[in-house]
Amino acid sequence: MSKILIVAEHAEGKLNSGVAKTVAAAKAIGGEIHVAVFAADAAAVAAQAAKLDGVNKVLAVNNPANAQPLAALLAPQVVELAKSGYTHVLFPGTTFGKDLAPRVAAKLDVQQVSDVMAVHGPSTFDRPIYAGNAITTVQAPAGTVVATVRLASFQAVGNTGNASIETVKIDAVLPSHTRFVKLEAQKSERPDLQSAARVVSGGRALGSAENFKIIYALADKIGAAVGASRAAVDSGYVPNDMQVGQTGKIIAPELYFAIGISGAIQHLAGIKDARTIVAINKDPEAPIFEVADFGLVGDLFQIVPELTQKL
Amino acid sequence: MKALVSVKRVVDYNVRIQVKSDGSGVVTDGVKHSMNPFDEIAMEEAVRLKEKGKITEIVAVTIGGAKNEETLRTALAFGADRAIHIKEEGEVQPLTAAKALAATMKKEGAQLFLCGKQAIDDDANQTGQMVAALLDIAQATFASKIEIDGGKATVTREVDAGLETLEVDLPAVITTDLRLNEPRYLKLPDIMKAKKKPIETVTFADLGVSPAAGIKTTKTVPPPSRSKGVMVKTVDELVSALKAKGLL
Repeated sequence: MSKILIVAEHAEGKLNSGVAKTVAAAKAIGGEIHVAVFAADAAAVAAQAAKLDGVNKVLAVNNPANAQPLAALLAPQVVELAKSGYTHVLFPGTTFGKDLAPRVAAKLDVQQVSDVMAVHGPSTFDRPIYAGNAITTVQAPAGTVVATVRLASFQAVGNTGNASIETVKIDAVLPSHTRFVKLEAQKSERPDLQSAARVVSGGRALGSAENFKIIYALADKIGAAVGASRAAVDSGYVPNDMQVGQTGKIIAPELYFAIGISGAIQHLAGIKDARTIVAINKDPEAPIFEVADFGLVGDLFQIVPELTQKL
Repeated sequence: MKALVSVKRVVDYNVRIQVKSDGSGVVTDGVKHSMNPFDEIAMEEAVRLKEKGKITEIVAVTIGGAKNEETLRTALAFGADRAIHIKEEGEVQPLTAAKALAATMKKEGAQLFLCGKQAIDDDANQTGQMVAALLDIAQATFASKIEIDGGKATVTREVDAGLETLEVDLPAVITTDLRLNEPRYLKLPDIMKAKKKPIETVTFADLGVSPAAGIKTTKTVPPPSRSKGVMVKTVDELVSALKAKGLL
């Protein structure tokens, strides 16, 4: 039977929403599921992880060195833990997981499966290549399966569990070559882009950071998160953490508004799993209309305020 | 100080990917290839660091078949001083690539390893981190700003929460993200000059590397396509359509 270790991502005492989706992938593999929380003080996050349906045990690893999620310091600890009989080590497919997982895989001397989007068996998975323009079925070789989970492909498990929490001490030599300096996080009262049910994104056609206010107004009216195309980010209209697409965030909201976004392959790769896509663009030939469920051709500076008012 | 820059030859990012009808993979024969765009950013950054006097020599390295020489010539035209071609005709997966690159780092005694955060063909996003792990050195992935000062690098990273800054001791691996720089347009004189720069050829055996067990791809299919929806004419029509679907 599989014994699966999930490495939890968290910040400021809150479990990242991607962990519940990673647990969903682990349940599809089947077996015993443990979630490891590495923190200076893991108690609060461990309690949240213990509630996730399907989790059998939460391992709390307290160490002042774990105050910040540094891959170079976490990897030796994850490797030590993984060696205690785990068949799988899973990470959420976030920048946290993508940074850390390969460091663990290399130390365990196994290839890694990136971006698992479907589970066919304990070592057989689907994963996208070429920005999602092809889907491969892959078989991991013998040994520990190290994988990151593509969050947009899995539904979060529920919160009715009651797993036991065990404090674990790990003896691993931690390097001193990597030091955390600072994190410039964008504080927002809006829903989290990665997990929001509704997302409103703006593109280059907005023309300026100032003009983005009509996007925020629409988003706030319907309780949506705000995203942007790479072009809008590169033009400096919004910060980089709002980028939706192949090299930004890959999302799967129920409702997605693409406003003034032409629909480059790079952007479409980030929204393929959205349930309903609404496109508003002045160019009737824009590729975004090829994938949109509802399209409206016209001037976004007229349409968006009118839409906000009528909702 | 020497920097090693790893560059990969991939299907050009403008090519529309075709999946073979028998499910055996993606059509790559007769398709335009170029340097992985993220690796171009790594190459550009190395050249800028050299122009600033932070590094003194740039060595470009690639792993792959004979055609990869083109990619190394591109790296040399960017400004690499010389290049290493690790010749291997078969498929090379990230852990195996990382073993060969880590061995090259050691052999060269380089202080900085630069590569793109991922290659746009397999989208693995693994090799840089694996090189760092195998050498037990620092890593700073998804870099959008790099400052080198003596034996240290201060790197700003694009993470989901925003921008994270790390300080790492050298030697270190830094993987490059989109907003780090805009690669220069290569000029003809540089391309001509690149033809005369040296390329050393080595094999896995020379580096003492044996391929790690690989992941087996059993099937490749196109993604499920989204069907084209309906075009509405007015905002009112859009609102009623969304309400009818229970979305608002």
